[in-house]
Amino acid sequence: MGRYVARRLLQMIPVFIGSTLLVFLMMYALPGDPVRALAGEQHVDPAQIAQIKADLGLDQPIWQQYLQYLGNLFQGDLGTQIGTKRPVADVIADAYPITVRLAIFAFIFTVVAGISLGIVAGLKAESLRDRSLLGLTLVLISMPSFVLGFLVQHLFAFQLGIAKPNVSLEPTNSELIMPAIVLASLSLAYVARLTRTSVAENIRADYMRTAVAKGLPRRRVIGVHLMRNSLIPVVTFLGTDIGALMGGAIVTEGIFNIKGVGQLVFEALGKREGATVVGIVTLLVIVYLVCSLLVDLLYAVLDPRIRYA
Amino acid sequence: MPDTTALTKSTDVPAEAQTPAATDAGPAPGKPRSLWSDAWHDLRRNPLFLISMVLILLLAVMAIFPGLFTSASPRDANLAEHYLQHPKWGNFFAPDWLGYDVQGRSIYARVVYGARASITVGVVVTIAVTLTGLVIGMLAGYFGGWLDTILSRITDVFFGVPFIVGAMVILTTFEERSVWVVILSMAFLGWTSIARVARGSVITIKQADYVVAAKALGASTTRILTRHILPNAIAPVIVVATIALGGYIAAEATLSFLGIGLAEPTVSWGIDVSTAKDQLRNAPYVLVIPSVMVSITVLSFLMFGDAVRNALDPKMR
Repeated sequence: MGRYVARRLLQMIPVFIGSTLLVFLMMYALPGDPVRALAGEQHVDPAQIAQIKADLGLDQPIWQQYLQYLGNLFQGDLGTQIGTKRPVADVIADAYPITVRLAIFAFIFTVVAGISLGIVAGLKAESLRDRSLLGLTLVLISMPSFVLGFLVQHLFAFQLGIAKPNVSLEPTNSELIMPAIVLASLSLAYVARLTRTSVAENIRADYMRTAVAKGLPRRRVIGVHLMRNSLIPVVTFLGTDIGALMGGAIVTEGIFNIKGVGQLVFEALGKREGATVVGIVTLLVIVYLVCSLLVDLLYAVLDPRIRYA
Repeated sequence: MPDTTALTKSTDVPAEAQTPAATDAGPAPGKPRSLWSDAWHDLRRNPLFLISMVLILLLAVMAIFPGLFTSASPRDANLAEHYLQHPKWGNFFAPDWLGYDVQGRSIYARVVYGARASITVGVVVTIAVTLTGLVIGMLAGYFGGWLDTILSRITDVFFGVPFIVGAMVILTTFEERSVWVVILSMAFLGWTSIARVARGSVITIKQADYVVAAKALGASTTRILTRHILPNAIAPVIVVATIALGGYIAAEATLSFLGIGLAEPTVSWGIDVSTAKDQLRNAPYVLVIPSVMVSITVLSFLMFGDAVRNALDPKMR
């Protein structure tokens, strides 16, 4: 087990370096000039631009800039914003907690609602209940989050007046519920469908018949025997989903005006603040890599036949 | 006859996907049916498939010949007469049927003309992603070894970058964002899931007896890959691709909505939703109508993908 984790951690290194390099290249190798963007429409002396670029190290070849960035990264230095002169790590640290809260709420919602809907549908496959739940998930999947976001906002904030359309600067947990539901809807629908398929397949398995024949209570048959076997594909999906939720927050945060990482990426892209964008994407990649490792370790918990040497 | 060309054009995608097996899928009575003819047999009787097919055909005709649906132009703005004029629900298919937007443009015309961008992006990205993913996945799966290690790591790298954020990074660097720029940036990041599925599928297939036999008979690698591996490994790839199509349409709308995807003067539902959001309070229909169009389009492709999956995946029966 320890060796397996060590090997996986080692395998992460090239993927991590590759992802940051990819984003770095997309950000810096493509046309667009952050220093010129700083000046806006004003005319700036080319010598001054060259000076600022030299100060920031933007005049060096791209590979040198990347090595520099990577070296700083391993010392915990994500660079400095060009516009505000604030360290990128601080800027991200300010915006991160709220996005994490939003993503955790959305994740809890996805797990609880998605799995219960999936079980309810899967236990009676092909029934009317199953078909209407499947139809509902299809509708949820086909609504991009901005559509659902405005729909929810219009209904609950403007028509019914139950909630406020935008959250406050330091949102309370209850304010984040509506955005979290919007953010979760897509994953929720996928989880429900995955669980449903898995449950419908496993319910006919021999071990289920044995469990029922042994006279085990129905709750135990479904809660332990069926669930443990049905959750493996769902767990796989959930693992990659945490990263997707944080990335998807960009739309939800925009609609409900939440000052999180999504808004930060959006602003940084507009101002061509490369260090900020690369920093955030790096963070998202780390979240994704750690989650996929956790998922693989969880397999062994769910299925004792899987052993990691 | 504009209608028939539109029909044949739009059915190209599924038809093309099935040609590899079309030769051995001939209707021979008494013989066991192949996976493909069996799937087709199922699909024809699936109401979900038929409904989605009708919707997709309608959208395809709309995308190719928007003039058939409306005489109004999506770019004609008449602020003096039509500023936020409410819909006249009774005037079916007239320019004022669905009302006018904040610039006095007919929403019905904009919704009709918006189909082209959405469908083009969805279909072309899916084709590009499928081809790239297939080639990379097949090479990695068939040859294994160091090539597999490298290609799989590259796939992991691209997979780790969040799709919408990554596409935004690429798109902000372009001054003029045409349909093709959007397609390119989405395809650049999107091929990974297809590559993974194709690799897994090829690894299972390459151990089959008929592949070993072909190799023993001295068939060239190209022949084995194209004649034996591809037709047998492609079913799961098609399943993933058809389901992804709807997702790409939603992604294009999302990017355009964020102001980073398509840009005016291209007519796109995402842009229309984005410009309508300031009027959500007093004129919700301006936002709701293009939103509904996006959702219906994504839904039809999803239902299509779902039906294809059920038909092609024997485990689902």
